[in-house]
Amino acid sequence: MIRRQRWLGPVMFMPAILYIAALVGLPFVMAFFYSVGDVKVGSVGYHFVGLRNFISVLHNPTFQIAVRNSFIFTITSQILVLVGSTTLALALKEAFPGRRFLRFIILLPWVAPVSIGSIGWKWILDSLYSVISWVLVRMHLVKAFDTPVWLGEPKLAMMSVILVHTWHMLPFATVILLAGLTAIPKDIPEAASVDGAGFFRTLFQITIPMMLPIINVAVLFGMIFTFTDMTVIYILTRGGPYDTTQVIPSLAFFTGILGSDLAEGAAISIFLVPLLVVVAYMVLRSAHRAEVT
Amino acid sequence: MASRRRVKTWFGIMVMWAVRVFFAVVLGFPFYWMLITTFKRNSDLYDLKNNPFILNELPTLDHLRWLFHETLFLRWVGNTLFAGTIVVVITLLLAVPAAYALARLTGAWGAQLGIGIFLTYLVPSTLLFIPLSKVISALGLQDSLWSVIVVYPTFTIPFSTWLLMGFFKSIPKDIEDAAMVDGLTRWGAFVKLMIPMSTSGILTVVIFAFTLVTQEFVYALTFISSANQQTVGVGVPTFLVRGDVFYWGSLMAACLITSLPIGVLYNIFLDKFIEGFTVGAVK
Repeated sequence: MIRRQRWLGPVMFMPAILYIAALVGLPFVMAFFYSVGDVKVGSVGYHFVGLRNFISVLHNPTFQIAVRNSFIFTITSQILVLVGSTTLALALKEAFPGRRFLRFIILLPWVAPVSIGSIGWKWILDSLYSVISWVLVRMHLVKAFDTPVWLGEPKLAMMSVILVHTWHMLPFATVILLAGLTAIPKDIPEAASVDGAGFFRTLFQITIPMMLPIINVAVLFGMIFTFTDMTVIYILTRGGPYDTTQVIPSLAFFTGILGSDLAEGAAISIFLVPLLVVVAYMVLRSAHRAEVT
Repeated sequence: MASRRRVKTWFGIMVMWAVRVFFAVVLGFPFYWMLITTFKRNSDLYDLKNNPFILNELPTLDHLRWLFHETLFLRWVGNTLFAGTIVVVITLLLAVPAAYALARLTGAWGAQLGIGIFLTYLVPSTLLFIPLSKVISALGLQDSLWSVIVVYPTFTIPFSTWLLMGFFKSIPKDIEDAAMVDGLTRWGAFVKLMIPMSTSGILTVVIFAFTLVTQEFVYALTFISSANQQTVGVGVPTFLVRGDVFYWGSLMAACLITSLPIGVLYNIFLDKFIEGFTVGAVK
């Protein structure tokens, strides 16, 4: 019977591993091969070209913009998500009438397909019929014939994609923080407030430090999901106007898939790997810490 | 002192509600906007003098009628349900045994392997889509719904295996041991005992895999170019737009109809889903 167990384990997990190896592992390796080759859509042979694709990518001014945008996009939206989700999680912690309904509403931006939510925003940010512009005109903050072109002006467009992405990611971070918040023993903050610590003192010196491991989790996943995503940008601006909202993943898509230059597209997306490695390392580290304790 | 404290808590409650209402409005507004746009007449929709927040004319069902009769919307919904079902089946067939094996049969390195599998969930589609498009055409699946059916399990298997590992670990070993002493084989104990005992975990995986198929965008956009093969997540934002003309009424109707059911489904298993991410960080 013990002998049977020895092969039963591998037989049970190998199919899953092989599936992942074939459709994640293999393309992952292929991405590196493509980035140092000359593959185009429909081309047959493969020639090693060294770092030529990388050199051409690095000299491409659009790529330089995309790298800068990727960092602005990720860091700004993650800061907003962090501040917003901490505030919201604190406001949702205690039971109150309507909590379930509120949670449903708050979750929708994360749960609804992001392409669908972005289309909703595209209508809200319409150049002519934007409801935001309508309100601003009514408040006499802008002139009716001179409303902002939210998605057509570089700075406004960048701001818009960041805010819409923040809108999409905020619920995810909030529910993760909420899980961490409810796990904090209630008596510790209470004891602090009995000892005379005010709300903010308790918050910054007790609650937030105790939440750090969970904040860590929310930030790690948030960073990966933001740095590697192109959906909001693809729907709202297609990287425009004039490539000013292009990020690394969207540029890889436009170059490699729509532009049919697989090699250069692969070289661009390889630039996602360093962050991926850092985050993977940190996830591993926190998983190990969890195992030890 | 007591009265001061009461004033303070009153103030605290007000602030809490202000925060709740603010976020509910900001996060929920687009969905209200989809709702009201769905039922607005075009003459109302495209008149800047009207207050856009309310219905200024009688509501209309024209946008919904157009969506259901003149577009491929229902076809995309059908495609999504079909793809979702098959992805769920593939995920369960591969992830449930793998999770059990890694939780019970492989000892310490099973846990390591489990983390390794989970990490593949983090490899983004925007890194793999270029080589995968070659793999897909080598398999002869380009421009077919089957391309995403084959690829989506690469998201769902790692996460589901990870989630179910936690589930199986939380079931006491004694139960299986007792059953095996009573004559069940290891496989028998897994099928007859462990699977029924982890129904809620398996259900979580089913909903997770299913909603993922509706949410995914990048792969479906990359691999499928024909409108009638699309899933709803790509079909609505790309094929409901004719050239540069946006039919906002129907578009918003499609958005609303797609978002709400997924929202309800997700809420059911949310807590389990979050557990998958926070294992170790929350005790």
